Amino acid sequence: MEYEIVIGMEIHIELGTKTKIFCSCPTEFGQDENTHTCPVCLGMPGVLPVLNEKVVEYATRAGLALNCEIAHFSKMDRKNYFYPDLPKAYQTSQFDLPICTGGVVGIEVDGVKKDIGITRIHIEEDAGKLLHESADGTLLDVNRCGVPLIEIVTEPDLRSAEEARAFAEKVRNILEYTGVSDCKMEQGSMRFDVNLSIREKGSEVLETRTEMKNLNSFRALIRAVQYESKRQIIEIKKGHTIIQETRKWDDTKGSSSSLRSKEEAHDYRYFPEPDLVPIVLEPAYIEKIKSELPELPEAKKQRYIDEYKLPEYDAGVLTTTGITARFFEDAVALYNEPKQISNWMMVEIPPLLKENELSMENISITPAQLVELLKLVKNNEISGNTGKEVLKEMFSTGKNPGDIVKEKGLAQMSDTGELEAIIEKIVSDNPKSVEDIGAGNDKAYGFLTGQVMKATKGKANAQVANEIIRAVVAKHLA
Amino acid sequence: MELSQKTIHQINDLLDKKEVTVTEVTQAVVNRINAVEKATDAYLSLQTEAALEAAQALDNELSGRAKKTPLEGIPYGLKDNMCTKGILTTCASKMLYNFNPPYNAEVYDRLSEEGGILLGKTNMDEFAMGSSTENSAYKKTRNPWDLNKVPGGSSGGSAVAVAADTAFYTLGSDTGGSIRQPASFCGVVGMKPTYGLVSRYGLVAFASSLDQIGPFTKDVEDCALVLNAIVGHDAKDSTSLNLKKIDYTQPLKQGVKGLKIGVAKEFFGEGLQPEVRKSLEDAIAIYKTLGASIVDVSFQHLDYALSAYYMISSAEASSNLARYDGIRYGFRAEEYNDLVDLYKKTRSQGFGDEVKRRIMLGTYALSSGYYDAYYKKAMQVRTIIKADFDQVFGGCDVLLTPTAPTTAFGIGEKTSNPLEMYLTDIYTVPVNIAGIPGVSIPCGLDNNGMPIGMQLLGPILSEETLLKTAWAFEHESGLTNLKAPLGTEV
Repeated sequence: MEYEIVIGMEIHIELGTKTKIFCSCPTEFGQDENTHTCPVCLGMPGVLPVLNEKVVEYATRAGLALNCEIAHFSKMDRKNYFYPDLPKAYQTSQFDLPICTGGVVGIEVDGVKKDIGITRIHIEEDAGKLLHESADGTLLDVNRCGVPLIEIVTEPDLRSAEEARAFAEKVRNILEYTGVSDCKMEQGSMRFDVNLSIREKGSEVLETRTEMKNLNSFRALIRAVQYESKRQIIEIKKGHTIIQETRKWDDTKGSSSSLRSKEEAHDYRYFPEPDLVPIVLEPAYIEKIKSELPELPEAKKQRYIDEYKLPEYDAGVLTTTGITARFFEDAVALYNEPKQISNWMMVEIPPLLKENELSMENISITPAQLVELLKLVKNNEISGNTGKEVLKEMFSTGKNPGDIVKEKGLAQMSDTGELEAIIEKIVSDNPKSVEDIGAGNDKAYGFLTGQVMKATKGKANAQVANEIIRAVVAKHLA
Repeated sequence: MELSQKTIHQINDLLDKKEVTVTEVTQAVVNRINAVEKATDAYLSLQTEAALEAAQALDNELSGRAKKTPLEGIPYGLKDNMCTKGILTTCASKMLYNFNPPYNAEVYDRLSEEGGILLGKTNMDEFAMGSSTENSAYKKTRNPWDLNKVPGGSSGGSAVAVAADTAFYTLGSDTGGSIRQPASFCGVVGMKPTYGLVSRYGLVAFASSLDQIGPFTKDVEDCALVLNAIVGHDAKDSTSLNLKKIDYTQPLKQGVKGLKIGVAKEFFGEGLQPEVRKSLEDAIAIYKTLGASIVDVSFQHLDYALSAYYMISSAEASSNLARYDGIRYGFRAEEYNDLVDLYKKTRSQGFGDEVKRRIMLGTYALSSGYYDAYYKKAMQVRTIIKADFDQVFGGCDVLLTPTAPTTAFGIGEKTSNPLEMYLTDIYTVPVNIAGIPGVSIPCGLDNNGMPIGMQLLGPILSEETLLKTAWAFEHESGLTNLKAPLGTEV
């Protein structure tokens, strides 16, 4: 019997607003524990929330970028449950009237294109963090309380770990472009929950599913889907039924375990948040945000192919993140050699980023510096190989390529007068080579070129040197 | 008349004429507190020393300038569910026995800005849940008209402080009648403004969609003065209305000639004490002589208001009070085995019976499988009740009702029967459900000499109409700044 995996995802994204969803505390990651708090995000008695307008704007932008309908009327609700990381003992979220509904995202796996439906996107607040490591028992850090989130819920349209990954990557790509989130998984800015069930191939029925919580990397997502689908197939083959439950993925062990059954599931007792007014968006507001959407990755990729005549592969790589694309476009604007820029960005820059423990986000060279370097190479002022050396130096020192070339004396020797004198001497000193050439052995040219490079410490422009060598040898043979 | 017995506007006249100092005024009320507070127990905590110091400092300033606002230098009290930085805010609950808020309620900030002098925090039913102030975890406040009777609730302490002249005015909060009913029981003026008119920021929430802060005063003019100070938009409260500033003293003396006063039989039903009915009939007669026309109006669905109120308020309370878990502040059970045990023990020991009853009721009403039958149904009833009021106010400007079916009852009389206790709010809760304003003013005494309250209701933002209607009656009847038969030494 052949089985099919049916997957729906929930993706939590922390929005990149400067301040929290209901107060003016900063959202900055990685600060000292409990320093970004106030009575409001601490849920102290009598305080009231005020919805951050930027959160609505970002959620709207995200919804539009993911092809959703934006609700003209939506509201916030309370999701009630007790946990020490939730100071109010309810999470302010959206229940029956979310801000976005009915979107779609196209993915491609192994050349097969497919549309993944988005059921809804809603706004909510993040909870704090419990720190279990302490010897004093469990400690609480509430900095993250009230950091704004959107939750993206998909239709059960995904059929494999690869599709899940492709979808998650696509969503990250699009949201990073729109600037609503940095989508940094290592900081928890993007987290996945997976709903998964198994059915006979060809069946249309949705079978009992399990939910897996808080997968914090693409690797965890893929491994969790593979593990869970395999587990369910084994259960079914054994004749067991799948139990509806929430499972917790352990990335270290590479396995999941039951967290709670359907019977133990929380009754969240959702009801409309009485401390906030409904979110009413005028069509003009939605239109304005739509008109301000940046060019999204797919459109950008196509434009790179059409406008810059880049191969599809190059266009794909350069548009993976908005930051990479911006770097490329800034460089092209200064220097209209898209393919040369693309080559260097795809081949030379990535290993240097790795070596210097950098990313495109905090890269230590500017597009202008890269362009200056490429012009030096193009104009034969330095060789391609020297260029690579200079780029390395640029990464570690941040200096301009022209300065590095000057300081290290790396400029190619193209002054024919100076080169002629050196070559004249070398040819005179190597009559055997001239003889060999005369006898039809062109290999001797190579030897002479090598001698020139040795004498000039590699700075001779190889092309110019060769021309001179030929002229001088011809003169000697004549 | 003793200084402490005077109204705000009377004290203002004296201060303006420099006939008294703020210190003398404050000392007078502190003396009064020293004399009667042990009998009335209106306050949970007192700041009399700080008040006298503030008075002295203000006197020094006032020697060089005129008074800036009518409330400057006037000593007042706050219900203990309004946050006061550095001053205990307990909500009369064991749960917050040690809670010192690091922030102020917006109303406290506004009154401080006005130059008000805080005397202390007043007693209340725990978390404002109750109708007699007997649910306080700390003390029983007594009605100054009869110390064996309740002051009403939940803002009983605030009502008593004004009635016993231990404050010139106080603020209370009204979720289902918690200002108007105790005002009625204690013979003072109490107003619940339109929902959204006064910021709820820093008011410890009971039921967010119903809670509203309002004043207790000795007469209607004082009520307008306090409203002037506390009404206004607050960006920290999303439900706060952003409207043009109004001077509520302006329309007071406009009279009620031509005003249509509605009377609905639904407010004069079963269980209404005969003297209360009689007193209201007398009030109606007075309004007629003042030139108002009395019209019969009627409600279709008022019977459901009380049930809907207890569903909605308890549902919101179950969520609002969930934060008291013993983790970050307030009471924590001393011994517990694990997290769930900590929650259970803390909440079992920290909350009183009535609070627990409402949390359970509200939790049940919101539970999956019951939500549609209870919470959702109650919200639908809410919409219908609002429509009922809209229709009634299509036919009249003001609705005249009893504030409560009876005058103050005996301490302990209803504590064993929560339903009977809930029924004392039957005429006040529909007002919160509709979000409209209401004021209770004294309109007579019953055969035992206990005050009777009349409730005047109007559509959203009709405070000016209500105040002028109240003032006209007060002026004509002379039922103003009533003095409870409480001696100077008790």
